[in-house]
Amino acid sequence: MAAVTDQFAAPSAPVRKTPMGTFDLVFRNASLLAALFVLVLLAGIMVSMVVGGWPAFREFGLGFITSSVWDTQNEQYGAWPAIVGTLSTALIALVVGVPLSLGIAVFLTQLAPPWFKQPVSTAIELLAAVPSIIYGMWGLFVFAPLFAAYVQIPLSNLVEGMPVVGTILYSRSPSGLGILSAGIILAFMIIPFIASITRDMLDQIPSVLRESAYGIGATTWEVVRHVLVPQAGVSIIGAVMLGLGRALGETMAVTFVVGNANRLSPSVMDPGSTIASRIANEFNEALGLQLNSLIALGCILFFVTFVVLVIARLLVARVKRY
Amino acid sequence: MTMATSAKTTAASHVEWGRVRPARRNADRLMKVIATGFTLVAIVVLFWILGMLIVKGLGGLSVATFTQITPGPGTEGGGLANAIVGSIVLTFLGIAVATPIGVLAGTYLAEYGKASKLADLIRFINDILLSAPSILIGLFVYVILVEPFRGYSGWAGGVALGIIAIPVIVRTTEDMLRLVPGGLREAGAALGAPPSVVITSVTWRAAKSGMVTGILLALARIAGETAPLIFTALNNNFWFSPNLVGGVSNLPVTIYQFASAPYENWQQLAWAGSLIITVSILVLSIIARRIVRGGK
Repeated sequence: MAAVTDQFAAPSAPVRKTPMGTFDLVFRNASLLAALFVLVLLAGIMVSMVVGGWPAFREFGLGFITSSVWDTQNEQYGAWPAIVGTLSTALIALVVGVPLSLGIAVFLTQLAPPWFKQPVSTAIELLAAVPSIIYGMWGLFVFAPLFAAYVQIPLSNLVEGMPVVGTILYSRSPSGLGILSAGIILAFMIIPFIASITRDMLDQIPSVLRESAYGIGATTWEVVRHVLVPQAGVSIIGAVMLGLGRALGETMAVTFVVGNANRLSPSVMDPGSTIASRIANEFNEALGLQLNSLIALGCILFFVTFVVLVIARLLVARVKRY
Repeated sequence: MTMATSAKTTAASHVEWGRVRPARRNADRLMKVIATGFTLVAIVVLFWILGMLIVKGLGGLSVATFTQITPGPGTEGGGLANAIVGSIVLTFLGIAVATPIGVLAGTYLAEYGKASKLADLIRFINDILLSAPSILIGLFVYVILVEPFRGYSGWAGGVALGIIAIPVIVRTTEDMLRLVPGGLREAGAALGAPPSVVITSVTWRAAKSGMVTGILLALARIAGETAPLIFTALNNNFWFSPNLVGGVSNLPVTIYQFASAPYENWQQLAWAGSLIITVSILVLSIIARRIVRGGK
């Protein structure tokens, strides 16, 4: 079947010199152009980030990445605190979000009764449809006060004076806003993506594998641990990377809850900033070199997410396509 | 088949526990409790967010919300009329930009490109654009459309939203066209119709509901986007000019600016706007899902 269809659409198909033939040619080329436009878009984003950020890279060189100064008065800009904030919030999002997502995927594919699977799946997918800014509102007005009262304050009292944890988990001003809060909100935003891809992967595993494991007396946990996870393995990592890509570039929710401090703090409870939140916060007031520095931040974000997403897609594609 | 499988699974999970070592039994039970608990956490968060929006948003909703424009700083009352209309205009502008490009590109991948190297590359890049941070797309449009023309505009906002929508439409169009049986295309070709006619009047028609779903999903995706609009359409507190030059008021950026403002009526409006936008998007997504399920 495939072979016949291929022939029919082959480019060598004779084009008659009729109005129909002209339309055929136009349609074919228009669709090719539209498809090529996708490539142009990505290239355009890359070029515009590099060109827009170039003055900052030229001015500060490699120091732009390693410097922690962000001084609009003296025109000194460094990306380090924003880079660390981006990576640490994304890492926290993965640490919190991945176990939750895998649990949900296992529940949906192995435990939920058939009539229950559909509504729960829909609910999880609707989490992805909720706009980023609404997560921000929830984080700022609902989550942060509770987090401050029930986690930050008791925990600060507990760890105060202790080595290491006394620094990392101590909050100097328990407002509920900070790197950890942003990471937790991000976790809920990436759950639907990781969970639904993992669910699809687990569903695709031939049921005969599962059945034979049950047949030799394995428990559900053993089937998941020794049959399903090794089978889906690489693509689960791909799904996690996809979630990481989302977490790195997420803007509005993080801007609401991260606290938007320009300095780097050793504690995850303290306010910080991410690349995306810094751009969103300062862009409309920025001029000259500050604007270029913000676009240069965007450029760094582009290359980091690009690499993460390429790896993610390669890992997911291994199983999913064909 | 799935029914039979799940029946078997259920049967298998009710093995006689007496014959299973306690350690294995406990590990199994622990895993089931954890997986169920995690699912519960996610569902609770969803309903918590929705509950929050209803509790705080319904109070701010009134006729004035839909008839009056956004109030200036310190002004009493006001509504969201200009922001709602602006959002609708920008979103449809985005869809108008994205639909022809997305549908044609998806058609190319499914009908012409198929397994060619070029089609594979485009598919791959499209998947990357699908999850690319929307803030970067906002910056991109700022560099190419706002900076050169020295001013924010609704057109730039629409283009930014369109760029976010394109990969969604490309992906669903291709997937839906692939579901159309090859026999239909061959039947069309056998009647002497050239490929373009087969595609437009046979394949597209057969995949219509799926393709509409893709456009609805894209609509839902861009309707709540905030970050790209900050750099392109920005916002304003008045009725925007019909030529869309200058800041165009829109719901997401209004919510962003009003939410943590010191004026109580601004905060009320931010909640009302959040409720309106979330309900619209969830309804759109649910309709899109219904079409997919009804179409099968």
